[in-house]
Amino acid sequence: MADITLEGVGHSYDGGRTHALNPMTWTWSDGRAYALLGPSGCGKTTLLNIISGLITPSQGRVLLGGRDVTGLPPVARNIAQVFQFPVLYEEMSVYDNLAFPLRNRKYPKAEVDERVRKVARLLGLEEHLRRRSRRLDPGRQQIVSLGRGLVRSEVAAVLLDEPLTVIGPALKWTLRSKLKEIHRDTGHTLIYVTHDQTEALTFADEVVVLKDGAIVQSGEPAELFLSPAHEFVGHFIGSPGMNVLDAAVERGIVRVGSALVGRAVGDDGALPDGPVRLGVRPEFVRISPFPRSPGLRAGVTGVDRMGSYHLVHARAAGGDLVAKTDPGEHGTAEHLHFERAYLFRDQIRCGTLAALEGSGA
Amino acid sequence: MTTSDVPAKVAGSQVAGEVVAPAVPPSASNEEEAPRDVKPKNNRAWWLVLPVVVSVAFTAVIPLMTVVNFSVQDVFTPTDRIFVGLDWFRSVTRDPEVRAAFLRTLMFSAQVLIIEIPLGVLLAVCMPRRGAWVSVALVVVALPLLIPWNVVGTIWQIFARGDIGLGGWVVNNVLGINFNYTLDSTDAWITVLAMDVWHWTPLVALLAYAGLRSIPEPYFQAAQIDGASAWATFRHVQLPRLRGVLTIAILLRFMDSFMIYTEPFVVTGGGPGNATSFLSILLSKIAVGQFDLGPAGAFSLLYFLIVQIACYVFFTVLTRSGR
Amino acid sequence: MALRLDGVRVRQRGEVWLDDINLELTSGMTTLIGPLAAGKTTLMRVIAGLHTPTDGRVVVNGEDVTSVPVRKRSVAFVYQRFINYPSLTVYENIASPLRLAAGFPRKDVDGRVRDVAELMGIADLLERRPAELSGGQQQRTAIARALARPVDVLLLDEPLANLDYKLREQLRADLKAMFQDSRGTVVYSTSDPAEALMFAAPTVVLGEGRVQHVGDVARMYDRPPSLAVAATLSDPPLNLLPGVVNEGRLECLGVPLSTPGTHFFGDDMVLGIRPHQVTIERTRPGQIEFPAEIRLAEVTGSTTFLHLLLAGRRHLVAQLPGTQLFTPGEPAVAYVDPAHILIFSGTGELVADTATEVDLHG
Repeated sequence: MADITLEGVGHSYDGGRTHALNPMTWTWSDGRAYALLGPSGCGKTTLLNIISGLITPSQGRVLLGGRDVTGLPPVARNIAQVFQFPVLYEEMSVYDNLAFPLRNRKYPKAEVDERVRKVARLLGLEEHLRRRSRRLDPGRQQIVSLGRGLVRSEVAAVLLDEPLTVIGPALKWTLRSKLKEIHRDTGHTLIYVTHDQTEALTFADEVVVLKDGAIVQSGEPAELFLSPAHEFVGHFIGSPGMNVLDAAVERGIVRVGSALVGRAVGDDGALPDGPVRLGVRPEFVRISPFPRSPGLRAGVTGVDRMGSYHLVHARAAGGDLVAKTDPGEHGTAEHLHFERAYLFRDQIRCGTLAALEGSGA
Repeated sequence: MTTSDVPAKVAGSQVAGEVVAPAVPPSASNEEEAPRDVKPKNNRAWWLVLPVVVSVAFTAVIPLMTVVNFSVQDVFTPTDRIFVGLDWFRSVTRDPEVRAAFLRTLMFSAQVLIIEIPLGVLLAVCMPRRGAWVSVALVVVALPLLIPWNVVGTIWQIFARGDIGLGGWVVNNVLGINFNYTLDSTDAWITVLAMDVWHWTPLVALLAYAGLRSIPEPYFQAAQIDGASAWATFRHVQLPRLRGVLTIAILLRFMDSFMIYTEPFVVTGGGPGNATSFLSILLSKIAVGQFDLGPAGAFSLLYFLIVQIACYVFFTVLTRSGR
Repeated sequence: MALRLDGVRVRQRGEVWLDDINLELTSGMTTLIGPLAAGKTTLMRVIAGLHTPTDGRVVVNGEDVTSVPVRKRSVAFVYQRFINYPSLTVYENIASPLRLAAGFPRKDVDGRVRDVAELMGIADLLERRPAELSGGQQQRTAIARALARPVDVLLLDEPLANLDYKLREQLRADLKAMFQDSRGTVVYSTSDPAEALMFAAPTVVLGEGRVQHVGDVARMYDRPPSLAVAATLSDPPLNLLPGVVNEGRLECLGVPLSTPGTHFFGDDMVLGIRPHQVTIERTRPGQIEFPAEIRLAEVTGSTTFLHLLLAGRRHLVAQLPGTQLFTPGEPAVAYVDPAHILIFSGTGELVADTATEVDLHG
């Protein structure tokens, strides 16, 4: 087990004209659970395949515990990978499927048996071990594929490429927390690719957000949620995503249209005047009958009753906003209060919004 | 005739099997969804089948009935015939010449299958999966299939000759083996077998190649990651997914080789002696050469039955073992 | 426009796919929700006329159309997998059903295509081919094609299931706006409770080939008539705990639920508790306490999912606001308001009056 380091790794499928993955330097620390989150086509699968060795990057080096493995095939890297759809050796039994990676590596028979049974127990496959794998339902087939990834204990990392796509919603919840427990118990490095933020956030110690072949931000789930460094992170993480309004900074005051919304607090000193984008998460929008800074005058236009929460749609001078509230706590209020809001310039965060002086916090 | 719809069924079940297979979204997104539960809405569509029924009646059923007719009668002249029951069947099955030809043909088919199926699969595995060489490889492999049967026979008749044929000359003068297919029965057998392998292995290869190409990339990637050797990958990833096409290949090659006629007729004419006189050659000798229509009719029906039964057995065994 | 299904039953290869479906669909949108293999697709195919039911009738505006072929019906269908003509441009893809429709004026095709493309937000992609589009754009094209021709019945079979999470969020808001004032019948199938709740349309819950319930989705969520409905409409999944009836008192893992005066009869019950209604601090008087052990905490930033073990064997998930940190293995107490416990009989029906009864006393 060891750290996996990417040194200036980039990949192009068309000889350098466009990059599926922009050159990046990055280290995956030993034993951590990572989620690689991004929309489809952002390069996350490419990145995963570079780590496992299915793709040789067109530039840069891949180091496994300090050893250069850039040109080595997957077998020589000791990395396990689980794919989006069940990939099974269909004519084999579940047991043989799980044993396959071990037998190929000439494990002693007793150890193969022990490990297969252990993984089967962890994943609830014990009763199915003797069945032919193709006769299982797709969800269970995927669990078998997952088991094949987890059966080798000495692997440097287990890579999971959207592994829960074919699994029904209820089972997804169980499996995800199971994976997390397995991670805690085994201490494998896990890299989990997904476009589903709930999966990414609940699963990982650290979430890496990828967009257009580049890492936009990484951090603990709460960090990404509470302080997005990039407009995209605000939009992509959180459901629904962050509300964004066009605004402008004038002598330290943030305006949306003609309304004074709050005071600009620059991340690095005072914020120069000019246009900014104001981002506020639906969770941090409060609806109140009286003005409260930082905030904005707005009218409620509709409510989606989502069961455990409500989505309140409101129209303000600068555009439409959504507030996420507990069921039944909104009226026909006229003001929105922002508990936590950020300012962005060229997509990058440059500051936060604070209450105007003299109007209370 | 009726066997021809058997491979179609195999193909159908193969397609159904692929639905579950991992589909890489961009390429899969344009496929039609497999409408697995569509039922006919009314019965008018059956009229569309009518032309086929009529043509099959003329091309298959009526001639077959004629054969049945001949097989139970002794025909002296077109107007003068006696009903003989199953006499011809009895005499044909007891005829040592027919029995010998039957065993010979069976042996030939077995050898054809044993050589061509693995060889075809091997060829397919060796063919490139992508890139510019794909089309080149396809054309080269498919070349023998484009040549008419009798021309194949003629080519090999010359090619295998020790005096003017390249193949025969090389064997005789370079390898130093005395080879003459017109005199030696083993040599004749080898020539016919080699010719069949040359002519038809490409068919097996192409079928297997198509089957291999349909295996989604993640299966190979998973095998790499699981540390599978090339043999293990072949054994556990490729071979199981070739079952469908190989069933078709085996059926086709069995039927064709069991009924082989043109090529040995052109090359050896069934000789030397009876060395390459297969059932079909014997049958045409009886029917056309000696004009014994009764025995020939019985012979034909038995021949037909054997092919049917063998195909049924192959099909059942191959599809059963897949479940 | 009224569409009725009368005792529709579909049996295929010895299995019952749909059983005794009686439904009345009026103009506007209907959501069809159910877990995997509930029979959603089969039901949609029966409505479309792609599948003839084994028994029963499909009646449109009083006319039996059960055996009318799909070509002759005014139906459009959007599949889960984005199906477009790969060789045609987006424009031609959208235009094709208009060109094929008898009686659609030639000169109006162009305008209609552009209108629909505008509506679906793909107006600037009209000259592209499907292969050059992202998944979301491909599905928008497929939906645009279905919308182009005015039809009586528009069927969408989990149209967003194959899309990225974020795209799904955007598109479902767009679709809601689009179908809000639709004159024809729109049937939208999904397995995602958030989608059904968002659309807030009359909702049919399907399970194991049968209609479990029909009604207003928010009401169904608040007061699910059965365990099947509650489970289908809950994401994160509903916590299920055993309820034991002991001399007229309801107990759960040794914790008494009912107060004196409430009597329960009959067999053991199943208790359903939604994760967001579990807290780990007392927030109101009268809450029931479950001693628990912390197994795992999943933090998303806005929410923390806390996995608890009750009485050493029962799993309970609590959905807590914000980021809260916990140490696995430590003890905790789960608090639940008795009014928020859904009590189901052993056969899965809501034991209707007990909830209010318990509420009164709690």
